[in-house]
Amino acid sequence: MSTHSHAHDDHHGHDHGDGASHGTFNSYLIGFILSVILTAIPFWLVMDGVLDSKVATAAWIMGLGVVQIVVHMVYFLHMNTKSEGGWNMLALIFTLVIVAIAIAGSLWVMYHLNTNMMPQMDHEMIRSFG
Amino acid sequence: MFSNPDLLHFIFGRLSLDSFPMFHEPILAVTFAGVVLGGIVVLGALTYFKLWGYLWREWITSIDHKKIGIMYIILALVMLLRGFADAIMMRAQQAIAFGDVAGYLPPDHYDQIFTAHGVIMIFFVAMPLVTGLMNFVVPLQIGARDVAFPFLNNFSFWMTTAGAITVMISLFVGEFAKTGWLAYPPLSDIVYSPGVGVDYYIWALQIAGVGTLLSGVNLIVTIVKMRAPGMSMMKMPVFTWTSLCTNILIVAAFPVLTAVLVLLSLDRYLDMNFFTNDLGGNAMMYVNLIWIWGHPEVYILILPAFGVFSEVVSTFCRKRLFGYSSMVYATIVITILSYLVWLHHFFTMGSGASVNAFFGITTMIISIPTGAKIFNWLFTMYKGRISFDVPMLWTMGFMLTFVIGGMTGVMLAVPPADFVLHNSLFLIAHFHNVIIGGVVFGMFAGIVYWFPKAFGYKLDPFWGKMSFWFWLVGFYFAFMPLYVLGLMGVTRRMNHFDDGSLQIWFIIAAFGAVLIAIGIASFLMSLVVSFIKREELRDETGDPWDGRTLEWSTSSPPPAYNFAFTPVVHDLDAWADMKKRGYVRPTSGFLDIHMPKNTGAGAILAGMSLVLGFALIWHIWWLAAVSFIALIGTAIAHTFNYNRDYHIPASEVVATEDERTALLAKQQA
Amino acid sequence: MTMANTTASQTEAPVFYLKEEHHPQNGTMLGFWLYLMSDCLIFAILFATHGVLGRNYAAGPSPADLFDLELVAINTSMLLFSSITYGFAMLAMEKGSIKGTQMWLAITGLFGIAFVGLELYEFHHLWHIGATPMRSGFLSSFYTLVATHGLHVTFGIIWLVTLMVQVGKRGLVPENKRRLMCLSLFWHFLDVIWIGVFSVVYLLGVLG
Repeated sequence: MSTHSHAHDDHHGHDHGDGASHGTFNSYLIGFILSVILTAIPFWLVMDGVLDSKVATAAWIMGLGVVQIVVHMVYFLHMNTKSEGGWNMLALIFTLVIVAIAIAGSLWVMYHLNTNMMPQMDHEMIRSFG
Repeated sequence: MFSNPDLLHFIFGRLSLDSFPMFHEPILAVTFAGVVLGGIVVLGALTYFKLWGYLWREWITSIDHKKIGIMYIILALVMLLRGFADAIMMRAQQAIAFGDVAGYLPPDHYDQIFTAHGVIMIFFVAMPLVTGLMNFVVPLQIGARDVAFPFLNNFSFWMTTAGAITVMISLFVGEFAKTGWLAYPPLSDIVYSPGVGVDYYIWALQIAGVGTLLSGVNLIVTIVKMRAPGMSMMKMPVFTWTSLCTNILIVAAFPVLTAVLVLLSLDRYLDMNFFTNDLGGNAMMYVNLIWIWGHPEVYILILPAFGVFSEVVSTFCRKRLFGYSSMVYATIVITILSYLVWLHHFFTMGSGASVNAFFGITTMIISIPTGAKIFNWLFTMYKGRISFDVPMLWTMGFMLTFVIGGMTGVMLAVPPADFVLHNSLFLIAHFHNVIIGGVVFGMFAGIVYWFPKAFGYKLDPFWGKMSFWFWLVGFYFAFMPLYVLGLMGVTRRMNHFDDGSLQIWFIIAAFGAVLIAIGIASFLMSLVVSFIKREELRDETGDPWDGRTLEWSTSSPPPAYNFAFTPVVHDLDAWADMKKRGYVRPTSGFLDIHMPKNTGAGAILAGMSLVLGFALIWHIWWLAAVSFIALIGTAIAHTFNYNRDYHIPASEVVATEDERTALLAKQQA
Repeated sequence: MTMANTTASQTEAPVFYLKEEHHPQNGTMLGFWLYLMSDCLIFAILFATHGVLGRNYAAGPSPADLFDLELVAINTSMLLFSSITYGFAMLAMEKGSIKGTQMWLAITGLFGIAFVGLELYEFHHLWHIGATPMRSGFLSSFYTLVATHGLHVTFGIIWLVTLMVQVGKRGLVPENKRRLMCLSLFWHFLDVIWIGVFSVVYLLGVLG
């Protein structure tokens, strides 16, 4: 009975010593091409004013940003559900939940605070420069 | 040449002879004299008994998780004395300062005292107690030889200590913040707090924060990666579970504090406008952000205490813990919910009904898993054979006191009620009720429970009981009057009152503080008396309480390598299972054991951080630059050291284990 | 659960300890990932602050007045190139080529320096026209968020040079491979953060 067979139930046998997975030349190339495309589109949308609607442009920027983050996670950071026995993915999901709570919560709380407590302050947002 | 003010300013920054308050404040002069004398005695004794080498080799550079855990707890107890001195000064001031009597503390000094009390008690008493206990116990409970990153562990401890030293320096050099323990802007901005106080606050917390974060990462990886074979997640002891959740909270909450304090520093040092009153700053954003850290912090402190109570209840009731899996799930639910309640600290800020309603409801929901835990402990006690040892007393004191604190917490969770009670002494009574009744009682239960494991002899029960009863009764005397005062609308952080009819309540509270002082003294007595009577109190079995988890399967104190052979776990309460099924301790076949080497790098890096912090506080820019470069350089140099471990030869293991075999045989004979 | 070989059946005497040394898996990669998650939260707070203060111009300049998207696009491409070259360094490491690893690390470092250099150029330009971080809540949060990312890249470059030296001195020993993998996570993680920065701060900012 080797020591290895005593591995914890959350260990998967086929790791490369450190449990990290690696990319190949092709996977890096695919990731690179995808991220170039995903970067170029939002810049093009804003710089050339392609869409009439600001809201639609903003939605595209955010949507493509999220897709690009996923591309980077998969092709460059080699995220999958198996690395480190799933703990990497669990930590990532937990962090994303906390990030979402912190950002969305702050915006929500502060937006309501501003509308309730200083409705007259909208003039601060008016640009007077350039 | 030293009369040149520019040059002096370059060399010393804001530091001048006027920065030393003991030259003009009698209270501080006496304290300073005491500290200097005490320091000379300690240093002299260390030199006389030639202990410097021993301290450096065996403690300061040690990467042994057990010694680091013990050092954390010593740090916490030392800081407890400082924090408590602040508390009793406040109680004395408030008991006498009515009407024409101004009391003995001017507002300027009083403000520093309540700020220091809060900062020290949370960051340098409660946090080191929790981290120390987890450090000592977790690797033993999971059958590991050490933590995952032993050097980082040593470094974390010294960073925490460097933060504590920074706060202590502020007592005699300059001043501490006068802003309250969370340093809300705009009061903490440079316009309203131009002195060094807030800078001491910022850098003490930033330095200690690095240590806290790294020890959080360290313990998570330890628990995830280093459990003994067979110990699946659902076979982990409850204390290990609560430690895991606490450290997850640490890693996911302390970065928020770090970021917020960076923004405050940028306002103070570089004149930026995050939290200022003009040019687009928003002070309320600080309040919002710091509580995103602040609320999880509450659970960082209480979850390990819940873990201790779970271990203590099942051990002293001679039963398996009732509802193990519900305990685990309750802990996980609390971990996640703790991120959804932060706004209840500032209902009155004005976010409106929808926001307040959401956070009021989430706050009330969080009491459900907590209540489930209380019932689990009660059901464990039901029909158990309870022995009323000191840890069990603390646990029962907790169950009563914490429920009261929890109920007042749910009252505060109702936004309209909070509009009446916000910032009143009712709030002060509430959070002392849960922190003392929960965290402090839990940590004392833990210290008394695991003390024989750490030192090989039990703590004297008489002084332990004295300590418990004085703390318990003292707590009720000290804080029940504050509930009453809070309901009458008395606000916090006042150093003088006009209405003499309130005085009697403050006198009762001060009396309670005196009782707590006796409780603390009794605890220190129990350490001294037990040390003197250590032969009488000695435990040679390694299992003085008939424990249920793996830490009780090895000797007390455990050898450097913890376990000569890695245990294999089959059941929850692994050690109880081993005892029941006739485990025989192995006495031969020992092998070389692979262990990490001690290193001084952690203490040196932390020392440099301390210098860097001091230089930044006093605007001594050349020293800041030098110490920063030295810090980075030393850290890089440390990475060039690849030779970080060694083997304990089998012969040494044999000698250690044979000694224990002989001891055990003598006991049975 | 794969406990069959550790749990003794009821009839046999149970095994309560391992007779040979137990080697738990190395935790460095998981630990470093957890550190990155905590770093991610620091950025989350800076993004939240920018979200709240990002329109507080205090009668000063707004993103549309300040940002040169062409420069940002060039800067972004520097980071993207450095990402794939770091990937090639990892492939060279897998092949066991010390020289190849060092070469690709050096190229990655140069792209990193170009990125930081362009960012400093942008800051210098903005400062010159009066858009300093002290000017408004928006500019405070802009500089802090972007500079925190830039400082991370700078730290990554210092680390990268250190690793080039260590790989040269010791070769591709397991410790060095592990360190290279940690830096790989760090470097690609900074890329991910930059996606958020150019999308939210620059593009949405200019969009208004």
